[in-house]
Amino acid sequence: MNNFAYAQPRRLESLLALLSPTPGETEVLAGGTDLVGLLRERVLTPERVVNVCDVEELQGVHEVPEGGALALGAAMRLDELHEHPLLESYTALHQAICGLRSLQYQAQSTLGGELCRRPRCWYFRAGHGLLADGGRLIREGDNRYHAIFDNAGPAKFVSASRLAPALIALDARAVLVGPEPEYLSVVPLEELYQTPIDESQRETILQPNQVLAQILLPQADASAAVASAAYEVRHGEGPDDPLAAAAVSLQIESGVVRQAKLVLGQVAPTPRVADTASRLLVGHAVDQLRAEAAGRAAVADATPLSRNEYKVQLAEVAATRAILKAAGLATGGFDE
Amino acid sequence: MKQSTSASPPASGFTRRKFLQGSGAAAAATVLATTGGEALADHHGDEVIAGETTITLHVNGQNRQAVVEPRTTLLEVLRYQFELTGAKPVSADGSSGASTVLIDGKPMMASTLLALSVRDKKIETVESVSQRNSGAVPAAFVEYDAQQCGFCTPGFVVAVRAFLDKNPNASEAEIRAGLNGNVCRCGTYANVLQAVIALVKGGPRG
Repeated sequence: MNNFAYAQPRRLESLLALLSPTPGETEVLAGGTDLVGLLRERVLTPERVVNVCDVEELQGVHEVPEGGALALGAAMRLDELHEHPLLESYTALHQAICGLRSLQYQAQSTLGGELCRRPRCWYFRAGHGLLADGGRLIREGDNRYHAIFDNAGPAKFVSASRLAPALIALDARAVLVGPEPEYLSVVPLEELYQTPIDESQRETILQPNQVLAQILLPQADASAAVASAAYEVRHGEGPDDPLAAAAVSLQIESGVVRQAKLVLGQVAPTPRVADTASRLLVGHAVDQLRAEAAGRAAVADATPLSRNEYKVQLAEVAATRAILKAAGLATGGFDE
Repeated sequence: MKQSTSASPPASGFTRRKFLQGSGAAAAATVLATTGGEALADHHGDEVIAGETTITLHVNGQNRQAVVEPRTTLLEVLRYQFELTGAKPVSADGSSGASTVLIDGKPMMASTLLALSVRDKKIETVESVSQRNSGAVPAAFVEYDAQQCGFCTPGFVVAVRAFLDKNPNASEAEIRAGLNGNVCRCGTYANVLQAVIALVKGGPRG
């Protein structure tokens, strides 16, 4: 590991002042489960690392004063989210956290850190850059775990966050702050992610001196209860990343879906909102055939690479089973 | 690198309100402004640490001094300065679970924690954790032959203790899911599972 300077500020204002506007000069450290490995392998070589875990503004779950939303501090640990009484009804979020299936990751990873996890692409992790020579290494090489959507440009990695599909399905918004504490913008969580077009960009829209401070979740309304679920297709037992994932939220009235939002994970450089498939669910009762039709629609425009066509079927299955799971129907798959 | 230590006001003539973008921004700003009280005076605060520094870590009930750089991991301090060699260096990214320790009672990976980040925390290693409940976890591992080469075992022992503290009546499925963060290349999982089931049922020695 290269050496670097280190700071562990307590206030958001101090945190932002410690971050450099120059890309790569400073890195934000949260739980450490991702960044410390990247530092050790010299994939990232910042001059300064700033630990956000003690920043007070990034802690806890708060009701937003105007009502209608909960603000989740980005430095909260995943096990704290899982056990928080105000978050009980967000089923997809809990299923995604449980899906990590490692006590250590649940206790150590933070909400913001998990959402900003760097891609697991083995070319990126081996030091070939986020795009791996403009995508050439991935196009010509071993791309079995790479993107099956949105992969025509140089970016062919898959978005690494396992909470993002669930939170996007739940209509979460991201609160970004910086470079000054007064500069604050709120974006739908799906807009936090971008498909980079060159090595000067990363996989989120965060500037080097900007931080993800909070996640806003719409508060459950008793008159329009939302059912949600997350489903991951995994290789087997073990801490590996899923091969495909999906999450969905369904607003069901009198047995009929009024609103639906289906999101695929691990299939594109960003979490992928499946609009067409979501629309197929609206106005109908969820049953096996309807869920399968939506699953097929979710992957209809997939463009697999040379070695990952198998992921198309896995993504279809993940979408179908997430929908069935949210509706309380048997998925036909293995799931804890 | 710019060594600014305090935030300066926006350079342009915009008012604060101008910088709140997106629906809910004003409400979110209110939450941020009202979260957190006075920063503790004795906290490390905004101090930037570079090069070697001496810190105190609270390990297994004792305060111990270590000389660290910002890049020094907790695992390196435990093994090479404190001679607590139970936690093992297996994976740079913590994916093996072999370096599991308890930080304020929660299982975390010493290989992915910077030593500077665990000042003020209560650190417990396998050397201390394995003694709890009269050493019931190691005893169950011995009874059910839950190790082969033994390299992953200390990480498993800490993870099992943390898991059982939280899930004393865990089912088999819960045990499998809960211990998923520890990898054993010898493949002793079946016996680890039997050892943990025995512990849930009251331990191999009652």
